[in-house]
Amino acid sequence: MDELVQAFSLLFTPGSELSQIVLLTLQMSAFSTVISTVIGVPLGVCVGLYRFRGKRLIMRILNTLMGLPPVLAGLIVFFILSRSGPLGTLKLLYTLPAMVTAQVVLITPIVCGLSATAISGIAPLVHETAHGMGLTRKRELLCLLYECRSQLLSILFVAFGRSIGEVGAVMLVGGNVQYKTRVMTTAIMLETNMGHFEYAVALGIVLLVISFVINSIALTLQERTSGVETGVAWNASRGGKLGGDGR
Amino acid sequence: MKKSTTIKLLLATVFAAMFALFMVACSSGSGSASSASASASSEAASSAAASSEAASSAAATPANPVLRVSTTTSVNDSGLLPYLQPTFEADTGYQMEVTSAGTGAAIKKGETGDADVLLVHAKASEEEFVNSGFGVERIPFMYNYFVIVGPEDDPAGVANCTTAADAFKAIADSGQTFVSRGDDSGTNKKELQIWEAAGITPEGLDWYVNAGAGMGATLTQAAERQGYTLTDKGTFLSNDAKNSLKIVLGEADDMKNTYSMIAISPEKWPDTNIDGANAFIEWMTSEKASKLIADYGVAEYGEPLFYLLESAK
Repeated sequence: MDELVQAFSLLFTPGSELSQIVLLTLQMSAFSTVISTVIGVPLGVCVGLYRFRGKRLIMRILNTLMGLPPVLAGLIVFFILSRSGPLGTLKLLYTLPAMVTAQVVLITPIVCGLSATAISGIAPLVHETAHGMGLTRKRELLCLLYECRSQLLSILFVAFGRSIGEVGAVMLVGGNVQYKTRVMTTAIMLETNMGHFEYAVALGIVLLVISFVINSIALTLQERTSGVETGVAWNASRGGKLGGDGR
Repeated sequence: MKKSTTIKLLLATVFAAMFALFMVACSSGSGSASSASASASSEAASSAAASSEAASSAAATPANPVLRVSTTTSVNDSGLLPYLQPTFEADTGYQMEVTSAGTGAAIKKGETGDADVLLVHAKASEEEFVNSGFGVERIPFMYNYFVIVGPEDDPAGVANCTTAADAFKAIADSGQTFVSRGDDSGTNKKELQIWEAAGITPEGLDWYVNAGAGMGATLTQAAERQGYTLTDKGTFLSNDAKNSLKIVLGEADDMKNTYSMIAISPEKWPDTNIDGANAFIEWMTSEKASKLIADYGVAEYGEPLFYLLESAK
């Protein structure tokens, strides 16, 4: 309990190492989430919307990559950025961009697969309606995205959650360097390895609280802007993920 | 929709229950200790009966055959313990369960009662551990040397130094990258002692990289950055980093690395396997084990990785 109080008071001490770690964690997660969404959602929409040869194969590959072990994603990026790797001259290993890259490799397939599933579940309905209303292809696409907004939002949360809680890849390519690449998860790992189990748990709780606050803010904003009741949004998205298999 | 709500409710209940259990487990450390002692006394009674039985049938089946050894990565990852394990088990009948972590965490497992015997290398922490009653006695029994490894061309000129403190000064003066474990391990503590002896406070300086990692990951990082680091010889020789780094200073007087064994005190944790711990300590300091340890690494690296302390022989 003392450790928890200590952790929270450190969190709100400007200039403390913990506040720096939290800021870096948020920075990393924001970049990873945005980049993998920007890449993953359009790809997912294409895969989900259009019929083409090899679609089943692509869906299978995406579903497999959704379970990509973080350490493997980290290793791949490590080999590419290593001194002896193809991009070694960029000297990106053990930096924030390296961590974001590894996470993008890890998260993009998840975003892509989930959005493909969400889109393909609802696409035939929207297409029928749009056809009936005589909408252009462009309007139809916008309409489709609008109909999927709650699913897409929850995909964003999944991406963010995966990023903020991930340890294997960032440990490997970030190196857990103090003041430079140490994030919450690698700090928890370090405290555990140092035998400070209680403080490690306290840091974990801090991380969960931060996640909770961010999720709440995002959901509240979404409620305000679109008037969608979030419980329904969440349920719909779960239903979309579990029910409509899009294959 | 309705079904998924029920499932979620169920899940939430399960999680809440798990969390509650977890909190209870955390807060009642002393409570669990006392209940452990109660169960231990009944166990002791049954084990006494079992051991008298065992003595008559086979010498090599102890009442509680599982021995939990908490050790540092340098002992386990260098292959020493896996190398000794089969012989120890055949000789004593105990089964070793080895966990390895940095010395800080390895000692912590002794404090939480999750080990029977420690094999670690950080004198100050070991003494503190014994003084606070967790350990029976600190038994130093073997040593090796830390080495400073760095880039092939040794830009800081460490090879010309005679002591580790001088070498660290040379690294600091040249501004070359130094990668620190930063994980409160025995190696990390030794490194900080050397900085202190050199009169330098490297914390926060530009060239000083605090990696917060185990020896293997730290060596990888030193190799990637082409920097210097302090390591135990065994881990370095068994790591791929040796392909792009070399030993620039080894076996200096201030780089001796002493390993000790500590049996966990049965007064603090009555259910630990004190008989097993004593058997382990006795065996490790025996003539046979000494010979095995002195031979270890000679075939592969051309030199032993660990040396027996004279006093322990």
